[in-house]
Amino acid sequence: MSIEWYIVLSSLLFAVGATGILIRRSPVVILLCLELMLNAGNLALIAFSRMVGNQEGQVFALIVMVVAACEVVVGLGLIVAIFRRKLPLDVDELRELRG
Amino acid sequence: MEEVLFFAGALGALGGAVGVVAMRNPFYSVLALIVHLFSLAVLFLLLSSAFLAAAQVVVYAGAVMVLYVFVVAYVGGDHESAWEPIPGQQLLAPLLGIALFVELAIAVLASSFLALGTEGPEVSPGFGDPAAIGYLLLEKFLIPFEAASILLLLAAVGAVVLAGHQRKSSPGEGPGVPSEQRFAREESNPSGDSSQPPHRRVASEEGPPGPSPASGSA
Repeated sequence: MSIEWYIVLSSLLFAVGATGILIRRSPVVILLCLELMLNAGNLALIAFSRMVGNQEGQVFALIVMVVAACEVVVGLGLIVAIFRRKLPLDVDELRELRG
Repeated sequence: MEEVLFFAGALGALGGAVGVVAMRNPFYSVLALIVHLFSLAVLFLLLSSAFLAAAQVVVYAGAVMVLYVFVVAYVGGDHESAWEPIPGQQLLAPLLGIALFVELAIAVLASSFLALGTEGPEVSPGFGDPAAIGYLLLEKFLIPFEAASILLLLAAVGAVVLAGHQRKSSPGEGPGVPSEQRFAREESNPSGDSSQPPHRRVASEEGPPGPSPASGSA
């Protein structure tokens, strides 16, 4: 398979993730859609690394995985803290920081 | 064979992604994301990056998804209201997503990468195996590696600070007070007398210790 297919699939997955972030209102699902977008970026990085023929893109993808894990940990901690304070788990109702 | 594997992986990844967005119950969204991650690992293997495929399965589909399942089970399933605050949101968002996909596809396919239509150069059998990635990580990318480790440490400490509950309950501090009182009550539960009615336990906690029978027995 040529590299084009992987890149088109990656942009399609990225668009699906972005659509999910726009549609959904539950913070957990928004974090899941962020994972989709990060993984689409990973797929593009690895496909380009295969296209060029060196492995440095794979190291970038590994670092992206680390950053995604950190983001998940902090985001889920925030969700647990929101739930413990009996606030609604809905990003349209948590609008105190909105200007 | 490679085409079959690619289309199977692509269908799985796409179906998983659509499932994450479309499922109403967040628990099913997490399960769909696990399908998506396994399919992506197949695609990574096709792109001859074996170590990243293994890391994807172990780190993502193993550890991170277990964390998600725990949190979804903790906060409960269905929180999404049918109320739609922005009019036309459910209609406009897919249109914006399609526009984003078209834009990305045009930007990539109209670029001047000559090797985009090929399968990439021939690579040695050791391409993307743990030895090669580890060598790169510890020789050439040592500083990003250390920065990533510091970032992981910071995230762990931050999660403990965010999600850990405070032991000291200070009354009259806004919305945090009821949950803190609840946890303080749960902590005092095994030490106190279990035959006490709950209202008396709360009263002995909040008020000064008077000559009530609850404080006398404890």
